[in-house]
Amino acid sequence: MNSFSIWPFNHVLKYPKISKMTLVLSYFLTCWNSTGQEIPVAIDQDSILPINLSEVIVIASNITRLDHQTHQKPLSTLDEYLESSKKVAMVKRGAYAWEPIINDMTSERLAITIDGMRIFGACTDRMDPITSYVDVSNLSNVHITSGQKGAEIGNTIGGALDMRLEKSGFLPLDWTGSVETGFESNNNAQIVGGELNYANENFYLDTDVIYRHADNYIAGGREEVPFSQFTKYNLSINSGIKVAEGEKLLVSFIFDEARDVGYPALPMDVSLARAFIGSVSWVQEDFFGNLNDWETKVYANSITHIMDDSQRPDVPIRMDMPGWSDTYGYFSQAKLHSGTHSLMFKVDGFYNRSLAEMTMYPNNPSEASMFMLTWPDVRTLNTGMYARDIMSIEKSTLTLSARLAVQGFNIADEFGLNSLRIFYPEMDRGQTRFLKSFSARHQKNLGKLELTNSLSYGNRAPSVSEGFGFYLFNSFDNHDYIGDPNLENESAVEATTKVLFPFEKLTIGMEGNFFHTRNFIIGEIEPSLSTMTIGAEGVKIYKNLKYANLYNIAVDGTYEITKELQWNGLVSYHRGVDKSGRNLPFISPLTYNTGLQYTSPKFSMSLTLRGSADQVNFNPEFGEDRTDAFNVVSLSLGKTFKVNNDNVYLKAGVDNVFDTFYSTYTDWNNIPRMGRNMYMTLSYDIN
Amino acid sequence: MKTIKSIFTSLLLISTLISCTEDNDEPMVETNPLESYNLLTAIDANGHTLEVYSEQNQYTIGYNELYFRIKDNVEGSYIENANLSMTPIMNMEMMSHSCPKSAITKTEDSSVYKGYSIFQMPGNATEYWDLNLEYTIAGQTYNLSERIEVIAPADGKKRVNVFTGTDETRYVLAMMPMTPDVMVNDFSALLFKMETMMNFPAVEEYTIEIDPRMPGMGNHSSPSNEDLTFDTAAKMYKGKLSLTMTGYWKINLKVKNALGEVLKGEDVTEENEASSLYFELEF
Repeated sequence: MNSFSIWPFNHVLKYPKISKMTLVLSYFLTCWNSTGQEIPVAIDQDSILPINLSEVIVIASNITRLDHQTHQKPLSTLDEYLESSKKVAMVKRGAYAWEPIINDMTSERLAITIDGMRIFGACTDRMDPITSYVDVSNLSNVHITSGQKGAEIGNTIGGALDMRLEKSGFLPLDWTGSVETGFESNNNAQIVGGELNYANENFYLDTDVIYRHADNYIAGGREEVPFSQFTKYNLSINSGIKVAEGEKLLVSFIFDEARDVGYPALPMDVSLARAFIGSVSWVQEDFFGNLNDWETKVYANSITHIMDDSQRPDVPIRMDMPGWSDTYGYFSQAKLHSGTHSLMFKVDGFYNRSLAEMTMYPNNPSEASMFMLTWPDVRTLNTGMYARDIMSIEKSTLTLSARLAVQGFNIADEFGLNSLRIFYPEMDRGQTRFLKSFSARHQKNLGKLELTNSLSYGNRAPSVSEGFGFYLFNSFDNHDYIGDPNLENESAVEATTKVLFPFEKLTIGMEGNFFHTRNFIIGEIEPSLSTMTIGAEGVKIYKNLKYANLYNIAVDGTYEITKELQWNGLVSYHRGVDKSGRNLPFISPLTYNTGLQYTSPKFSMSLTLRGSADQVNFNPEFGEDRTDAFNVVSLSLGKTFKVNNDNVYLKAGVDNVFDTFYSTYTDWNNIPRMGRNMYMTLSYDIN
Repeated sequence: MKTIKSIFTSLLLISTLISCTEDNDEPMVETNPLESYNLLTAIDANGHTLEVYSEQNQYTIGYNELYFRIKDNVEGSYIENANLSMTPIMNMEMMSHSCPKSAITKTEDSSVYKGYSIFQMPGNATEYWDLNLEYTIAGQTYNLSERIEVIAPADGKKRVNVFTGTDETRYVLAMMPMTPDVMVNDFSALLFKMETMMNFPAVEEYTIEIDPRMPGMGNHSSPSNEDLTFDTAAKMYKGKLSLTMTGYWKINLKVKNALGEVLKGEDVTEENEASSLYFELEF
């Protein structure tokens, strides 16, 4: 719903604390439920058991309308929303489908879900992170959790990202709808979206649709970035029936398709990226005994991703690289409140099929085409259990959680198995791994000061590419990658400290975490192997490093100058090295951002500065070079009108006001970022 | 309705009976053990018909596995326990020569005999191959000769090399037929020395180094290959050939003698795209 809540929730109690918190980013309990009617309960819990290690990016809130006005760019892509978060950085290969990084870790070390559903990209070259298969129009918020706190949704090292779908809930709203449109000057981006919803106390049906089209963008200094266009459309339907008091049946469906997506940083583009994502859930307030809030979901999703280079004028060889990923899964969870304990139990499982091909067409047309399986139809079956206990002990809270899971891999395709046996002659068709996660988190209030410490352990299995990839070309370090099915599980011990000083008008938070990762999985050069890709420098095989250490430190603050005017700032520093002190790739240099926001019921304004110091800790072995410091200023203005008793929101702004030419450490092959970009969005709510 | 049903039932019964009867009366037809092979040549001579079969549908350059049967034209039956030998002769304008070949041995089916022949070159209008066969049945020896058409393989891929080594000896190196796949393939070859125009003894104790490359894809190689060494049980050179994808592969070769001296073939390097000695595969 594009950051707009389009109906008035007059009956929902207003919590000023929450309104404040929902300004762009806020802290919530992890189990915060996004359906409107349950929010007051969640708020109560929040005040008792504040857990500050997770971050929520509110996209569309049913509680307050302030969020969309304060977000700089309401109709921006989900990628831009995520990038505005404190914890997430985005790897860019173009204007579309950025890849999230949490704690300097990417996809294979994160658990990324849509409403708790596991879903895996179908691209061997990571051109389709899961975040690219939803749109902000589908979402109510995104929960970002760091480290083992994310184990609730799956095995992870770096953290988790759960994109929560927006649902009307069972509220007497009758028919509501909205139409919205946006335009961006830099790349002629056109965005048209709309939604139509019906809800009463026993039934709701939400539908939304959005279309985005963008041409090539222009970097600072008027330099056009070729092959950065994209077109995307997304349709979603959500519905719920209240079967009886306290018993609900919910269904959701998303269709998302992108076509003609350019990846300027890569040698190939994507002609089609398509996802079907569906689920059915049963929610029951009373379960049995003292267990309540029972929720069970079964889901399925299917992704098709067609990578090709047909639009590129000059390539050494033409190739097609389609990939498919289908996932079927379930989870069932219940809660139990007993005295000072607040427990949560969950069982979950998924079955994924990942298959990817590569066909190369020789320049000599009489020669046969060259075919290989880059993902050999890997079937992953994961079954897990998760339990968490939040205990209130005097003025502190202790949270213990654990996940145990069994993960099996099976290679279904004979051709693919034989291909991998070229490297691993003794390799078995299947394998089983045991995965676990344990976490203890202690939060204490010392007067006004809040102190949180946590210590966790977790491990993960290799990803499909790391375990079974076959000549996957990485254009960043210019090497072909080969998986190793015999890799050890990667495991991390993680320690986190967070201090929050909530003064009268000033709030300062400091957070530091440390990951000691054993058997860190990374590609290492294998000089004896011959490159497959024309022009590649060499071949890397995924290996377990003995260990690697990652440190992340961030300080952030907000200051309420007046009721309407707020200042915020954030500085973060990251470091990642392996056993021999070698720099790891994609570790952020010192970055900072600061902004002023003015928000009144009718008018909003923001001025932000984002920047980064020189990237001094880089590693050419992984294709990195020094990225220079930069500063970028953005400005936005928003206004609310009433037309025939309907709300109209107008938002306009300028990103990169001074047309700075820059790229960041996350920009694949240093592709420059967008130059000055003026945008305007208009939304019309029909009540 | 009932009538229709009963008519249908009786029809069904009759047809079942008839088909049963037919089955029982049918005489046992002698199945041809080489039915799945192609008959390349049938030579009428000496009151016999000598049939030559192959998996291939023609005599081609390189390794040809051949199956033989001798039919008694009077009896109509196939003769068992005969002794056969062959000598293919290439009739060139100025001279004639033979080619590497095996003895002809009996197979599990005592009326089927088997051997191979490695043709180094195709025939044409003026130069052609004769297949000379000598066979002995019950102590009596017969001879026959037939001109055969040997042509290049349909895909034009190189599967046999004739070369002069640094030891000034001429050799014939032939790849054994295989069905390549994306995997580590069993790979074997036969190597013969051309002692005289007519005599091509097998060479043992040599090594054949392989370096598979894809010229259409940056001339990349593949890992986990094993050079070919002589397997005395199989009487051929055996090794492993790994192919990482489908397509056109050039298998660059180097032949080394028992002392490790290179007789023919060069390393593939940045400057040297291919060895002068190679096999080709496309799949």
